[in-house]
Amino acid sequence: MARPTSVVDSSPDVEAREADSTNSSQTGGVLGWADDRLGLAKLGRSGLLRKVFPDHWSFLLGEIALYSFIVLLLTGVFLTIWFKPSMAEIEYDGSYQLLKGLPVSEAFASTLNISFDVRGGLLVRQIHHWAALLFVAAAFVHMLRVFFTGAFRKPREVNWLIGIGLMSMSLIAGFAGYSLPDDLLSGTGLRFVDGLIRSVPIIGTWAEFFVFGGEFPGSILIPRLYMVHILLVPGLLLGLVAAHLALVFYYKHTQYPGPGRSDNNVVGYPLFPVYMAKAGGFFFIVFGFLVLMGGLFQINPVWLYGPYDPAKVTAGSQPDWYMGWVEGAIRIMPNLESHWGPTTWSWAIFLPGVGLMGLLFGALAVWPFVEAWLTGDKREHHVLDRPRNAPTRTALGVAGITCYAMFWLAGGNDIIATRFHLSLNAITVFMRVAVFVAPVIAFIVTKRICLSLQRSDRERTLHGSEDGVIVRSPEGGYSEAHVALSQDEAFALTQHLQHEPLAVSSDTDDAGVAKKQQVGRVRAALSRWFLGADVQKPTVREIEHADHHGELPEVESSDDGKPQLH
Amino acid sequence: MKLLTKFRRHSLARPALLILALVVVGLGYAGVNPQRSSAETETTQQVEQGKALFDLTCSSCHGLGAEGTSQGPTLIGVGAAAVDFQMGTGRMPAARREAQLPVREVNYSQEQIEAVAAYVASLGAGPAIPSSEQYSPEGLSDDEIARGGSLFRANCSACHGITGGGGAMPNGKFAPSLVDTSSRHIYEAMRTGPQQMPTFSKDVMPDQSVREIIGYLEDANGQPNHGGLTMGDAGPVSEGLWVFIIGIGGLSVVATWIAKKGARAR
Repeated sequence: MARPTSVVDSSPDVEAREADSTNSSQTGGVLGWADDRLGLAKLGRSGLLRKVFPDHWSFLLGEIALYSFIVLLLTGVFLTIWFKPSMAEIEYDGSYQLLKGLPVSEAFASTLNISFDVRGGLLVRQIHHWAALLFVAAAFVHMLRVFFTGAFRKPREVNWLIGIGLMSMSLIAGFAGYSLPDDLLSGTGLRFVDGLIRSVPIIGTWAEFFVFGGEFPGSILIPRLYMVHILLVPGLLLGLVAAHLALVFYYKHTQYPGPGRSDNNVVGYPLFPVYMAKAGGFFFIVFGFLVLMGGLFQINPVWLYGPYDPAKVTAGSQPDWYMGWVEGAIRIMPNLESHWGPTTWSWAIFLPGVGLMGLLFGALAVWPFVEAWLTGDKREHHVLDRPRNAPTRTALGVAGITCYAMFWLAGGNDIIATRFHLSLNAITVFMRVAVFVAPVIAFIVTKRICLSLQRSDRERTLHGSEDGVIVRSPEGGYSEAHVALSQDEAFALTQHLQHEPLAVSSDTDDAGVAKKQQVGRVRAALSRWFLGADVQKPTVREIEHADHHGELPEVESSDDGKPQLH
Repeated sequence: MKLLTKFRRHSLARPALLILALVVVGLGYAGVNPQRSSAETETTQQVEQGKALFDLTCSSCHGLGAEGTSQGPTLIGVGAAAVDFQMGTGRMPAARREAQLPVREVNYSQEQIEAVAAYVASLGAGPAIPSSEQYSPEGLSDDEIARGGSLFRANCSACHGITGGGGAMPNGKFAPSLVDTSSRHIYEAMRTGPQQMPTFSKDVMPDQSVREIIGYLEDANGQPNHGGLTMGDAGPVSEGLWVFIIGIGGLSVVATWIAKKGARAR
C-alpha cells in the first residue's frame, strides 16, 4: 500500500527579492542581447564551433549533395506556389502554341504554365531538376568515397546505414518529382514502376491497386506522389541529414593518413572560422553551378513530350540517370515467366527490377559488418584506408561500379544503337554477357593494380626514391642512385594496419573440452580470400636494415668488377 | 477519172489500197478512242525514258520487268510516290544490301526520278506523287497543328521519337530522323510505307491529318530551344551524362581548389 507523502506545514521563510541581473553578458549591443537570451557564447565555448575538420577535396563530395538538397528546398518552394497536383482533365490554353486546345491534366497544364507564363519559372524548374540529378549523383559519389577509404568501419557503421537510407529516400524523392509534371515521358516511367509493383509475386496486383487507387493510371496518383515528394520524403531526408551530420560531429571527421595523424586525433582547422568560410563559399559555388546549368542547358522539356496518355510510348524514352540501371536490367533480361496455379510469376521484371534494387541496397547495408567479420577487426578507425591497402575491398567496389555501369549502358541501348549505328540486338546480347564478365575482369585488374601499388610502396619505403640523376660509369654502365624517403612520407606509406587472415581456431579449450569455435573453416577461407594476397608492409627491422643499406653506394660491383644496375 | 481507172489495173493498186484502208481504219480508231491525245505521246516518251533508266540502274535487283528478284522486291503496284520517295531521298539505287538503307546524296534530277516513277506507275496502279496541296501545311490553324502533335505522338513517336529525332529498331534497323525530311517525302513515306514503316492509307489518315502532322513537325523542330542548349538531344541520357561531367566533374575541380586554398593543415 502506498503511503501518503509527508506534508510540511510551513514553507521556509524566504524573502522575496529581485532577479539577479549580474548574469548578463560582458558584451553589449546586439550580440550581448542575443547571448543573454539564447546563450550563444556558451555554444562557442562548448567547442562546437572549434570542432576541427581535416582538409581534402573528396570530403566535399558529400557537401555537394547537401547543398544541392538546400537548392532543391529553395527552388521547390517556388514551384509549389504554382504547381497544381491534380489529374483532372482540362483544355490547355496557355501560351505554348503547339499544345493549344489539347486535353491535358491540370498537373501538366500548370507545369507548362510555370515554364512559359510564370516569370523565371522555367529557370527555376530547370535548376530544380539539375539539382535533383546532382543531389543523387553527389550522394552516390560520396558513398563511393566512403566505401573505398573504409570510412564505414567502426564506429561509423550506423552513419553508413543512415547514408543508405538517405540514398534510397533520394531515389524515391527523385522519382516522385520526375513523375509530377504528368508528361508523356514521366508517365512512361510511372508505367514502368507500375510494372515493377505488379511483378511482385502474389500480392502484385493488390499492391498496384493500393498504390494507384485502382487501375493504372487512375486519378489519385499525382496528388499522392505530390505528398510523397514535398512532405513525406523531404521530411525524412531532413531528419536523416540532421542525424548524418550530427554523427559526423559526434565521431569527429575521418582523415587521410599522414604525419601526426592517428586514430586519436584530428589534424585540420576549426569549423569557425575556416570551414564556415570554405563551406559557405562552396555552397554558393554549387548554387552558382546549378543556376548556370539551369540557365544554359535544357532539361526535361515536357512541352515537347506532350501530355501523358497510357496508349502512347515514344522511342528513346529513358528514366533519369539513377533509375537507368534498373531500366537496363529489365531491357536485357530474357523473357521468363512461370504460371503456378492461378498465379503469374513474372521473373523477367521481378528479378532485374525489384530483386536487383534489393540486392544493391542490401549488399551495401551489410558490407561493414561482413568486412569486420572477414578481418576480425574490432578496433575503432579514424584514419582512412588508402584504397590500395584494402585490395579486395577496392576490387569489389570497382567490380560493383562496373556491373552498375553495364546495366546503365544497357538502359541506353537504343540511344547507343542510333548514335553509333549498332544493332540493338547485338548490344543486348553483348550486355547480357558483359554484366557478368566485365565485373570479374574489373575485379582481377583492380586487385592486381592495388597489389602492384602496395609492392611499389614497399619498394619505395625500403629503397627510397630514384634521385633522377643517371650516372654513366667509365665502363659504360648506367645507374641511378636512390635517396631515402622523408620521415613524413615513410610514415604515410607504412602507418596502415597489416591485417592477417583469420586462422581456424580450436574447437576445444586447453583441457580438451569442446567449446564454441570462434573462426570456422568457411570464415577462415573467406578471410584468406579477402586478406591473403596483401603485400606485407616493411617491418621495423627491414626498414632499419634498409636505412643502413642506404648508406652504401647504390652501384655495387659484382665479382668480375663490372658495375651493375642496382 | 481516167487516171484512176487506169490505176485500178496497176499492179501496185492492191497493196496501195490495203495501206490506204489501214490508214483510214487507224485514223478512224484514233479519232474514236478518247485516250489517245497529244499529251499521251509525252507520257509515252517519259515512260520510255523511265524504262531506259530503270533497265540501267534498277533492273539488276528488281528484275527487267520490275517483277522482283531475290535481291529486290517487285515494284509492280508500288506507285509513283514510292519511287519519288526512294530515289528522291537517295535511298535508291542502293549501294549494297544492309539492315536498312540510309539517306544518301541524290544523283538523279527530279525529271529523271519522275520518268522512272512514271514507268513504275505504268506497270500497276499505286499512290501517285502528291500535289503540294496534299502535303503543304500552309494555312493550318494553331489548333490543327496542335492536333497534328497529338496524332504524331499517337502514330509516329513510338518509332521516330518524341519530335521525330529518330529511334532504334531491332537488328540494326532504325526509324530515321524526320528533322530534315521534306514535307513531300514525309507524305509519300506515309502513303507507301517504305522499309520498316507501316503504310497509312487515306482511309486511316486523311490528307488533312497528314498536313497537320507535317505542320507540327515543322513547328516543333523550328521552335527555339526553350530552356537552353539541348546537349545532345538524347533526353535523360544526355542529362545524366552532363550532370556527371559538368556537375560532379566541375565541382570536384572547385573542391580541390577549396581544399588546397588558404589555411592548410598539412
